[in-house]
Amino acid sequence: MSAAPNTTALTVFVALFALVTFLGFIASRWHRAKAAHISEWGLGGRGFGTLITWFLLGGDLYTAYTFIAVPAALFGQGAAGFFAVPYTIFVYPILFAVFPRLWSVARANGYVTAADFVRGRFGSGALALAIAVTGIVATMPYIALQLVGMEVVLGGLGIHGAWPLVIAFAILAAFTYTSGLRAPAIISIAKDLLIYITVIAAIVIIPSELGGYGKIFASVPPAKLLLGSPSAGNLGQGFGYATLALGSALALFLYPHAVTGLLSSASRKVVRRNAVILPAYSLALGLIALLGYIALAAGVKAMPPYGANGAVPALFLKMFPPWFVGVAFAAIAIGALVPAAIMSIASANLFTRNIYREYLHPKCSPANELQVARIASLVVTVGALFFIIGLPGAQKFAITLQLLGGIWIIQTLPAVLIGLYTRWLHPIALLAGWASGIVAGTAMAAANGFAGSIFALHLLGETVPCYAAVSSLLLNLAVTIVLSFVFNALSRGVRVDATSVGDYA
Amino acid sequence: MKSRGAAVARKGFRFIHLLLVPPYIALLWVGSYNRVDPALFGIPFFYWYQLLWIPLGALLLYPIYRAEERQKD
Repeated sequence: MSAAPNTTALTVFVALFALVTFLGFIASRWHRAKAAHISEWGLGGRGFGTLITWFLLGGDLYTAYTFIAVPAALFGQGAAGFFAVPYTIFVYPILFAVFPRLWSVARANGYVTAADFVRGRFGSGALALAIAVTGIVATMPYIALQLVGMEVVLGGLGIHGAWPLVIAFAILAAFTYTSGLRAPAIISIAKDLLIYITVIAAIVIIPSELGGYGKIFASVPPAKLLLGSPSAGNLGQGFGYATLALGSALALFLYPHAVTGLLSSASRKVVRRNAVILPAYSLALGLIALLGYIALAAGVKAMPPYGANGAVPALFLKMFPPWFVGVAFAAIAIGALVPAAIMSIASANLFTRNIYREYLHPKCSPANELQVARIASLVVTVGALFFIIGLPGAQKFAITLQLLGGIWIIQTLPAVLIGLYTRWLHPIALLAGWASGIVAGTAMAAANGFAGSIFALHLLGETVPCYAAVSSLLLNLAVTIVLSFVFNALSRGVRVDATSVGDYA
Repeated sequence: MKSRGAAVARKGFRFIHLLLVPPYIALLWVGSYNRVDPALFGIPFFYWYQLLWIPLGALLLYPIYRAEERQKD
């Protein structure tokens, strides 16, 4: 892959990339902000309709890293990598049934982050801080991983070294600063069109050239084709697969970038409609996943230095004409910009609302709050860039941190998600549950050498391979419920709840 | 203005919400689909069955969406 840059592919790639970043800069003129307020910059004025929200959340949740890593998982591990499909199926009933309540309570009370809601609901600054910090820490490695997706396609085009990443992220930081959430919203439209064109071409043209799906699956080693079966005393690989899908789905809408995308929509109806129409992206993801096997069938070798992550770019280079390689790679690289922008905005919102305004400068003006958020987004983006290019082995470290991030963010579920239905849970109990879940989950990942998140529990003589996020969440819930009984019995008086029943409907 | 009756009805459990459940049962029960046959166009059951549940899941949400929209009027 160290051949000279492929000129045609590179020209198409650069032209598309330039066009899209131009869109990012003019995005601020679209429904121009009426006031200097953080919800204008950080939530796009809370005005996105069904279609824009569909593009925005699609670009936000199905990231460039997903499009590289999911087929890479099938390419490398086989059937276990397909968990991304049940995962995305499990997400939408939860989004549909639960999250309209978060949208409503946030709109009624002007909340910008999930931690804002927890602050209002439970009246506890400490609990809100825990939610905010968890969100920021879980998001940072995710941003860094978007760089990995970009690095792989640039490598495929024959461009190596740090400077193209520096340019791409400088552009990203600049348009995020100026346009806020409107930038990724506009860019995601162009990006999704490119993604859909690429996917359709890839799943129609390449399999027919390889002799059909039958031949493709016949070339997959039989041991990789299915999950290991349960045996006596072991629930088997299938249990790990199911818990991984369920835990990932429960965690997804607790991530700050998902909340930001959700709260930017114009109505509750937009949220529910999107739960019905977003699965279109899942279908694209499922088909992209199969590209991992198509790459095996095409005889693509893992592309050093990217390993299995290079499988899909190498497949495209082998099977597509150069100009279309440019289109496909641009789709992936632009696909990195959208979530990276939303993630940096989401982290900036959390820092500004739940750390800066809460602890550092409680009486700050709306204009001041907005300025702090913009600067925070710059710091986050530049921080992620230096992390990836400055630290040797940072890529592997980012993958580990992202694995841990899923285990950490799910610990906010009792406060955020159950908090939408009841305030019976006591804030101190929620904090204790959160802490025990984080400690237990991290310990399980550490016992796996941070190499995998399926941890084998030994219960009643049975081996239970379970996603560490799920088992640690169960511990968290147990601690939270037991201590809530205790603290609710001990405490006198009524806790403050800034929200009212009608806010949730 | 909302009548009290409507507010109560919205809070309560409605049978149509049971449509949220089938995708979880179908896909958490991995043993029911962890096999090759019947294959479809050469794609093993494990893969096409899970892919099939993507549109099925969306189709199950649609009637709930319609019911909730109707209820608001």
